[in-house]
Amino acid sequence: MSDTRAETAFIRTEMLAPELPPVTERGIIKWLRENLFAGWLNSALTIVSLLVVFLLLKSALPWWLNGVWNATSLGECRTIAGPEGGACWAVIKARWHQYIFGFYPQDAYWRPILAFALMFVALAPVLYYGLRNGAKLIGTVAVLTVLSLALLDHDVTHVVLIAVLMAVLFAVSWIAPKRLVYVTLLYPFVAFWLLWGGSVWKPVATLLGFGVMVLVYRLIQPRLGVIMGTAIGFLAACFYWLFVQGIITGALGSLPPGLAGVNSDQFGGFLLAFVIGVTAITCSLPIGILLALGRRSDMVLIKTLSVGFIEFIRGVPLITMLFTASLLLQYFLPPQTNFDLILRVVILVTLFAAAYIAEVIRGGLAALPRGQYEAADALGLDYWQAQRLIIMPQALKISIPGIVSTFIGLFKDTTLVSFVGLLDPLRGVTQIVRADINWKGIYWEPYIFVGVIFFLICFGMSRYSMYLEQKLKTDHR
Amino acid sequence: MGRKQGNMTMAMASEAPKDGFRLSMLIYDTRFRSFTIQVIVLLLVLLGIGWLVDNTIANLAAKDKDINFGFLWNRAGYDIEQQLIPYTNDSTHGRAAIIGLLNTLVVAFWGCIFATVIGVFVGVLRLSKNWLVGRLMTVYVEAFRNVPLLLWIIVVFVVTSETAPQPKDFKVTAEMVQTGAEPAAQKILFNTIAITNRGWNIPGPLFERPLPTVHLGSVPLNLTFLAIIAAVVGSFVANRRVLRHARLVQEDTGIRPVTWWKSLLILIAPIVILLVALGFHLDIPAFPADENGVSKGFNFQGGILVQHSFSALLIALSLYTGAFIAEAVRAGVMAISRGQTEAAYALGLRPGRTMNLIILPQALRVIIPPLISQYLNLTKNTSLGIAVSYLDLRGTLGGITLNQTGRELECMLLMMLTYLIISLIISSLMNAFNSAVKLKER
Amino acid sequence: MKKSVFLGVVAATAMTAGFASASTLDDVKARGELLCGSNTGLTGFGAPDANGNWVGFDVSLCRAVAAAVLGDPAKVKFVPTTGETRFTALASGEVDLLVRNSTWTFSRDNDLKLDFVAVNYYDGQGFMVKKDLGVSSAKELDGATVCIQTGTTTELNLADFFKFNNISYTPVTVQDDSEAQRQYLAGACDAYTTDASGLAASRATMADPENHIILPEIISKEPLGPVVRHGDNQWGDIVRWTYFALLIAEEKGITKANIEEVAASSTDPEVRRLLGVEGDSGVMMGLDNNWAKNAIAANGNYGEIFEANIGASTPIGLARGLNALWTQGGLQYAPPLR
Repeated sequence: MSDTRAETAFIRTEMLAPELPPVTERGIIKWLRENLFAGWLNSALTIVSLLVVFLLLKSALPWWLNGVWNATSLGECRTIAGPEGGACWAVIKARWHQYIFGFYPQDAYWRPILAFALMFVALAPVLYYGLRNGAKLIGTVAVLTVLSLALLDHDVTHVVLIAVLMAVLFAVSWIAPKRLVYVTLLYPFVAFWLLWGGSVWKPVATLLGFGVMVLVYRLIQPRLGVIMGTAIGFLAACFYWLFVQGIITGALGSLPPGLAGVNSDQFGGFLLAFVIGVTAITCSLPIGILLALGRRSDMVLIKTLSVGFIEFIRGVPLITMLFTASLLLQYFLPPQTNFDLILRVVILVTLFAAAYIAEVIRGGLAALPRGQYEAADALGLDYWQAQRLIIMPQALKISIPGIVSTFIGLFKDTTLVSFVGLLDPLRGVTQIVRADINWKGIYWEPYIFVGVIFFLICFGMSRYSMYLEQKLKTDHR
Repeated sequence: MGRKQGNMTMAMASEAPKDGFRLSMLIYDTRFRSFTIQVIVLLLVLLGIGWLVDNTIANLAAKDKDINFGFLWNRAGYDIEQQLIPYTNDSTHGRAAIIGLLNTLVVAFWGCIFATVIGVFVGVLRLSKNWLVGRLMTVYVEAFRNVPLLLWIIVVFVVTSETAPQPKDFKVTAEMVQTGAEPAAQKILFNTIAITNRGWNIPGPLFERPLPTVHLGSVPLNLTFLAIIAAVVGSFVANRRVLRHARLVQEDTGIRPVTWWKSLLILIAPIVILLVALGFHLDIPAFPADENGVSKGFNFQGGILVQHSFSALLIALSLYTGAFIAEAVRAGVMAISRGQTEAAYALGLRPGRTMNLIILPQALRVIIPPLISQYLNLTKNTSLGIAVSYLDLRGTLGGITLNQTGRELECMLLMMLTYLIISLIISSLMNAFNSAVKLKER
Repeated sequence: MKKSVFLGVVAATAMTAGFASASTLDDVKARGELLCGSNTGLTGFGAPDANGNWVGFDVSLCRAVAAAVLGDPAKVKFVPTTGETRFTALASGEVDLLVRNSTWTFSRDNDLKLDFVAVNYYDGQGFMVKKDLGVSSAKELDGATVCIQTGTTTELNLADFFKFNNISYTPVTVQDDSEAQRQYLAGACDAYTTDASGLAASRATMADPENHIILPEIISKEPLGPVVRHGDNQWGDIVRWTYFALLIAEEKGITKANIEEVAASSTDPEVRRLLGVEGDSGVMMGLDNNWAKNAIAANGNYGEIFEANIGASTPIGLARGLNALWTQGGLQYAPPLR
């Protein structure tokens, strides 16, 4: 360009409109060149990837598109789909409720749904302490709950009551989010009552045990200190649970209000996965904290015991723990005791999760700078005060992403309970569906359905934990 | 009771402090407190163990059972499809358990290797500038991380057994001999490997002049096998000596002698000579045929059959664990500061060599701790072979043996102990490796 | 805090679950519910339908026992057990009764300390192959790949059969029936072996049953029946005689439909004893005198149960064969009720 000026007398008085960049440097071609065909290696990779995608689509797409939604049996599906074949989604349409709820009574579906919704409310103070985000989450959950209940054709009174309840909780979370801590504390009992039903007095009586524990603690702690207070309070509560509670529930058990009882063998599908996963993680948190502290303790015996327990549990596969629950626990408990397989599985899964949680929390503890411990000592705090006020709040906050990913792993692993005869969504329910003469021989559809739901849940949780990690990181820098 | 004790200690505490030992010092004096706590915990633990043992004895007595590992020496009576050491249904339950253990270990071993390879590749490719590749790798990682492993094992197993041809598709019928038509499916790789929906028929080693098998007590020793191992190990050791010599020469003179042909010779010649001496040739799987070339029988004969229960478990485990390792690798690579890359570019290294020589070795230190736990997970997850009925330790000892003998307690204890030992060995090996490559800070 | 919630729940549940006493009958009566170990889902024999109601041949026997003991066939809780957990579940008292296609064998009777009280289905292990394989006898299966379910007697029988006939095979173990069927259809095994009833059920539900044949050899005896714990003879007698009551009912032509009428009008002394019109057969077992009447009224007699769940009119379409009454050339024979 500059050469032309020397040859001619013409001098441009105004700027030329800028030329478009060369065709390879703009628009879609530039993007393609930079992102897909930069260099021969990249191009080769792109072509291979395209080929893979194409082959996958080619083999699966017709099957997906030719899916049959309305049929009453696999045979009918085959007839409708014709010779080229197609997915038989009718089985999902017919049996979806068993995949979600197992054999939970159909007219009581509002109970697990409400328990699930309340779980988010209970988690809100933990996950979004004092933020409007919590309220937004609760609002969304409330709307979804009411919508799903309405879609399930529940009777209007239930829907309206639940809508009012959720609206109240939303208001609370908007105005005074800290008050939601009470919901968190009460949640285990509420969820237990909602899911298993029975008289409301049973969970209330169990809750009373904690009242006893707190009372005894308050009485003793000023005189004998935290450890003795906790120990005696705990013993008193155990005494209450073992001997007194039975009398109270016996007396009040038949009084209203109560819900129709649901046996745990009616739990199945994702309901079962959530019950096992959430209970195990919740119960394993305190055990895990104690184990983590034990592992860092100066006391040789306690350290050895904690390390032994953690390494033992982490050294064996979950499936052996499940078989232990199903085959061996009966040997270790007093003769003739017998309780629910689900409860036994939950106990063993809890122990399993506790070892992993302990390691996560140990990581959190290790990440705290030494200065924090020293500062606590300098303030004259004793061990438990330091843990409660200084160390744990920080260590737990750092550990939340780790806890979430432990939960994801555990939630996925709940599928293994089918090997001890429980109705997990993946194999347990599918096996039952396939035992029906109408659906015998169905293969992919249930797996795809269950796999997609698992993916959505776990992906959601892992994204959430990544977001949390990001947020917590900036806090620390 | 608690109240009374409280009052007692209160009374003691309110007395004027005296020298010497008081009971309350056990709780309040930090010198003694940890001792007290440990004694109490020890007592509680012993009580708990005693309670469990007592219950177990009572339960066993009630069921008229005992703890007896004698069943391990009884005839097993069932067949196992994949055996690394000889086994028939006349072998003992103990031998079946060992077969299962070996099957567990072989999946775990190859799984760890494949998962690492996949993980490193995918982890690096996820950071690739290629948009499509990056996205595809993300899809892969997320899909595998967020769906239960059990489902993946089933899916891989079903895909392999549904898409591969049946053995009978490889058969030559009389009609085909007449018309000169080819069978529906062909072996691959120069007609040596047949992939059927039952598994991979791969060539196996055969020796025309094998060395005898020596029995040391009851343990059979395959001398052929030992000789080959000795040859391989020997040539590696010799090669190391050559390389060390070369390094010494280089340090002395500054000129590195040309060693590649020596290395090649030392590595290859002994094993080749040994194999030729033993009369080694490949046993290629094939259908038995009559004089007209018409195939008969149900399956390929000869070679080694790697069943799909093994390969599907291996593939699924490798892909699943690979996704997790990929995340660890990505995190490790991203933890290396950008300056390292820029410095490498400034030195004129190409991107590939930058990754290999600069970034990955440094990232390794970040990657190894999560890698250890992934290896452990993979090893433990081999027990999910139950979904495809792969007869590993859980399938033999904790499955069929347990079921046929009804010895739950013994089988489960033995199985958990074995898994525990495997895990401890892996973690101690990897921890040793970790401390070897760890950045030595002074 | 939450750990203690958990402990409370454990304590509460342990209490409500209660403690099993020496007599299973007393337990069942106190609980008001029969715990019946069942399959995790086997077509025709036991599986829950879309509403969660368990139906099937084995399930009906559980319901009959519940009706005999508690007077209500609905008072059963079905506990799904796998091949591996079933006997432990029974031995540990998790179930009162196991009706789950379990083969009566010497070692299970003696080594596992269980009691097989009756045989509600005489079965035998057979082979199914595709027609185009060109095999007409199991002895021609030399070198074949055979699918077997683990955790059953079938794998032992199979090993014995091939060993005895001096031919080789490759086993492919599979976890359950539907998986075995899929592998067999995909051609991953040449033959599928399991109880002949299971083979028939699988074949009946295939898209092309005519292309599959069940080989004539039956390589084992598989007497399938209800199992109880060793040592509680009263409970064993109750289960055994509930089953026999169903057989006698078929023998005497008592059906679900006509049972009231027969009870009112019959003059046959055995029928009158059976239906509690005279004598006190129930009292001797610690039950109500209407026990057999209730049991029969629950799902009908043995023949009705058979026809409704696995008989010729169902898609499974099993013939009575060995399971016909002794009067019709079968093996089902009830001792006299007197």
